Amino acid sequence: MTVLNTSVNTHDQQFKDNHDAMASLVADLNDKVANLSQGGGEALIARHQSRGKLFVRDRIDTLLDEGSPFLEISQFAAFGVYEQDIPCAGVVAGIGRVKGVECMIVGNDATVKGGTYFPLTVKKHLRAQEIAECCHLPCIYLVDSGGANLPEQDEVFPDKLHFGRIFYNQARMSAKGIPQIAVVMGLCTAGGAYVPAMADESIIVKEQGTIFLAGPPLVKAATGEEVSAEDLGGADVHCKVSGVADHYAENDEHALSIARQCIERLNHQRPTQPILKDIKPPRYDIREIYGIVGTDLKKPFDVREVIARIVDDSQFDEFKRYFGETLVTGFAEIFGRPVGIVANNGILFSESAQKGAHFIQLCAQRDIPLLFLQNITGFMVGQKYEAEGIAKHGAKMVTAVSCADVPKFTVLIGGSYGAGNYGMCGRAYEPTMMWMWPNARISVMGGEQAAGVLTQVRQDGLARKGLSMSDDEVTEFKKPIVEQYEKQGHPYYASARLWDDGIIDPADTRNVLGLALEAAANAPSQESKFGIFRM
Amino acid sequence: MLKKILIANRGEIACRVMRTAKRLGMSTVAVYSEADADALHVKQADEAYFIGPAPSKDSYLVSERILEVAKQSGADCIHPGYGFLSENDAFANACEENNIVFIGPLASSIEAMGSKTRAKEIMAQANVPLVPGYYGQQQDTEFLTSEAEKVGYPVLIKAAFGGGGKGMRVVRSADEFLSALEGAKREALASFGNDLVLLERFVDKPRHVEVQVFADNHGNCVYLGDRDCSLQRRHQKVIEEAPAPDLSDALRKEMGEAAVRCAQAINYRGAGTVEFLLCGDEFFFMEMNTRLQVEHPVTEMVTGQDLVEWQIRVANNEHLPLSQAHITLRGHSFEARIYAEDPEENFMPYSGNLAHLSFPKAQRGVRIDTGVQQGDEISPFYDPMIAKLIVHGHDRRTALLKLRSALNEVHLAGVKSNIAFLHHLAEHPTFMAGAPDTHFIDTQTDELTSSKAPSDTLVCLASIAYLAHKQAPKLNTPWQQVGFRLNQARKLTVPFTEHFVVAQAQGHHWQVHYQDFEHRVEAKLEGHQLIANVDGKRMIADVLIDESTITVMYGPYQHTFELKTKHYVSEQEHQEAPLAAPLNGTVVKHLQTVGAKVSKGDPIVVIEAMKMEYTLNAPFDGTLASYCFDEGELVSHGAMLAIVEEEANG
Repeated sequence: MTVLNTSVNTHDQQFKDNHDAMASLVADLNDKVANLSQGGGEALIARHQSRGKLFVRDRIDTLLDEGSPFLEISQFAAFGVYEQDIPCAGVVAGIGRVKGVECMIVGNDATVKGGTYFPLTVKKHLRAQEIAECCHLPCIYLVDSGGANLPEQDEVFPDKLHFGRIFYNQARMSAKGIPQIAVVMGLCTAGGAYVPAMADESIIVKEQGTIFLAGPPLVKAATGEEVSAEDLGGADVHCKVSGVADHYAENDEHALSIARQCIERLNHQRPTQPILKDIKPPRYDIREIYGIVGTDLKKPFDVREVIARIVDDSQFDEFKRYFGETLVTGFAEIFGRPVGIVANNGILFSESAQKGAHFIQLCAQRDIPLLFLQNITGFMVGQKYEAEGIAKHGAKMVTAVSCADVPKFTVLIGGSYGAGNYGMCGRAYEPTMMWMWPNARISVMGGEQAAGVLTQVRQDGLARKGLSMSDDEVTEFKKPIVEQYEKQGHPYYASARLWDDGIIDPADTRNVLGLALEAAANAPSQESKFGIFRM
Repeated sequence: MLKKILIANRGEIACRVMRTAKRLGMSTVAVYSEADADALHVKQADEAYFIGPAPSKDSYLVSERILEVAKQSGADCIHPGYGFLSENDAFANACEENNIVFIGPLASSIEAMGSKTRAKEIMAQANVPLVPGYYGQQQDTEFLTSEAEKVGYPVLIKAAFGGGGKGMRVVRSADEFLSALEGAKREALASFGNDLVLLERFVDKPRHVEVQVFADNHGNCVYLGDRDCSLQRRHQKVIEEAPAPDLSDALRKEMGEAAVRCAQAINYRGAGTVEFLLCGDEFFFMEMNTRLQVEHPVTEMVTGQDLVEWQIRVANNEHLPLSQAHITLRGHSFEARIYAEDPEENFMPYSGNLAHLSFPKAQRGVRIDTGVQQGDEISPFYDPMIAKLIVHGHDRRTALLKLRSALNEVHLAGVKSNIAFLHHLAEHPTFMAGAPDTHFIDTQTDELTSSKAPSDTLVCLASIAYLAHKQAPKLNTPWQQVGFRLNQARKLTVPFTEHFVVAQAQGHHWQVHYQDFEHRVEAKLEGHQLIANVDGKRMIADVLIDESTITVMYGPYQHTFELKTKHYVSEQEHQEAPLAAPLNGTVVKHLQTVGAKVSKGDPIVVIEAMKMEYTLNAPFDGTLASYCFDEGELVSHGAMLAIVEEEANG
């Protein structure tokens, strides 16, 4: 057992500047989240409540065990994407404890465009289901939605990962023994009607919840029949006549109380034992990460200083400490659960990639979850490196990452560029959960590099015509490219599109990982089978 | 020599008597009813015998059964304590007939004081001052005027057959007498059909001062100082003190000697108390209690004597341990009676489980006499006294301060109590200044009973306790991190049913918001003890937390906060037990016949508990299907009393 030492000087001016810069990013993050968590805003919430309905976040608080954490995902979904504001993409999702069981909760926010599904709403809903399936978390759907957003139907309805996938997932999860509970607390129309219908158990609130394939206007148009929403698909119809719903609730509180009862009756058993030993927090203050990392991606820092502030008792047993030193690998525990950490400490070389592949295989074989701390500009380039086969070494690492069937968690703590993103378990590699710090950036390469490459191409083209660019022209040419990369690589932009599962305060990293590791431990372990490693 | 003592009582007095008996080397025998099988007095006795069902008329008052136990156990004496059989001359006689020493006066003394009229006659002969008055048949105006003069103003004219204040007049001076007499007679005739009146000295703002006397079988009789018991609520003593404050030595002596004369007049033996009304320098005989009083410890504190030991010595036929000349008083003592009752609900007695009970740490000059311990039931069958808190200080002021600080450290939960009320009394300026009159509490009740709303401090402490309880000191999993929210401060609404408190985490401490207040708090729970830091002030409280309540005991204040549970009680579930007994009690009356149609709100059944009657009403329209208990049957809290079947909807 090795305790990581720190060489951080918290009185250093650089440290203080870093700290302040990161703190202001975190403050902005918190401000934005405070706003986003207001859903459609005070007025709409008040109107919603005046109908005897709880706001979606209050529903979640009521559903969860008293004081339970709520690990929310994709708070920034749809942030700045559409012409209109769709806070949290109109659906609040995350993991919380109900009767001591970690559950995935997906709640429509009827104060945001009536809870209708925009393309990113669908994406978020599906992502929540994906996490639930991966971690074997019972799903509780708090349904209050007008269904697909009709103007956006082409981006919502037809494709593989569109609306229909929700029900496909419900069926497949149910088949795997992952409970599906639906609470109908408002509209649940058309396709949406399948959420309760496909659920293992469903609850409906009287005079609030309605379930029908076609609402009264459509019915009238189709057949001329005139019927009220309540008579068409209210709680009485579905609990007493149709059997579409199983439990009749007087109001939101009652419905949520029944949902809690459903979870209590799941006979849920975790595949792993709870951690009983005493957990030692890190020896150093996690907030010091602000001062260590800062916001200037060009300034290097020793990633061990970050690890020392995340893992239990700052204990980290390194693997291949002196080989491929730009990648730090080693074993640690977070809240008593073992993790194998793969962290960038510079650009990836052949050795570091080989080391990474080796270490990932070790963890997969030992059934140890992996944590990737990404801060990577990419793999080393140049003739020497191509000649020594950096492509195949990189490929080994990518193979290992792709095939390791253990829970994988990725945190973007700095840059995430190019193939480095792949080797370090970017989104395409299906990390169980993936988070971004507010200082992080993600793009195929850095804005400066991209501008440089494009300038070079341009200049080469001009040169063939015997032309050239002045320095001013070069600057002018580069500027929009750098700006575009900065905008598109920004965490808000990335998170809005669900390239990750959320932006987190670096100081919350340990907590978030702890919650996630514990949630992931609900899934039975799997054996990893690796593809061919090019030697 | 008496060797084995049976205590025909329960609760604190049984424990207290045993304590002395054990010190004197005697073996102790307890008796207990069904309700007291696990009571402290049973546990403390060398032997204990079951004597019958919970109601005292079937157990503690059954003298035959107690004598049987005495014989069976080989006890050679019986201490009756107070209440129950302590002033029952037949029982005293029966003891003697069975050759068992009754630790108390002769049956004849008890009997003599049992009748008020007879007692007054004896006292008059013994030259003990009585409230002057005229109680005869002669009613002519002139005669009554002269009698009034003899009685002395202010005079009270009372209708002989009256009641309720009708036909009653207070006359301050002779010139008002005639018109008042006429008025009283007219009213008496109109109201009661008889204009016979009687006259009595009107004792304005009296104090209740009593004298402890002791006599042996050898003709010795002494007084052990006096006690002031003016702090009363409906004739129930609340706080007593010794000596009575602001009495001249001469008056004290005069009263003491009158009390001795009183005892001698009835050939008294053992411990007795002569109660006087004191008005200025005048005192009048009220009654004599022929037993050891509840408040005897204050006399023990100031005399340094053990009165139970004296009782046993007298019963042993020994001489009194001290002569009058050797009895000296030292310092001042108070006794506060801690009851399970609800001062905010007209002091309704409270029964229930004493989920928490802690007393001040042992210290000089603080004594606790109790018969219960944490976890005991305060049963509805007996006096709901939990403990007597007795303090001693070198003067009245010190003793009173001590009483206050000791009250701060009496913490109990599970039942409501009068501790805060006692504390309010102990710091009331009138009481601090000297003994008030006997009406004091009744005129100040509103001020003395705290308002229903708990103070901000209690709300704050309860919130802290909740947070500390929720937040395990060591996290085994981050899922124990209370209220974690991504990118938002950890925040928790404390789920009180009646108070809206929001706590927000800031690093290691919490910011607690309640109404206009905001407190920065840190806290940890060590067992029942909450050690809190509120805005930099360290506060220690006892707390009791279960699934649905938090009880905070801080200083003399105690409040139970209900917690919302996550379980929503639906209408259907709610309707399942609408006619359940609200507390332990007895079914007194069925108000409907089975099969009757009843409307929502119709009275169905009456139960009596703690001397109060409760009527339970129909929860909805329907038919009374059945009663679950007969009249007179005992029911426990929550028991279904009757079943009303709901009328089928349309």
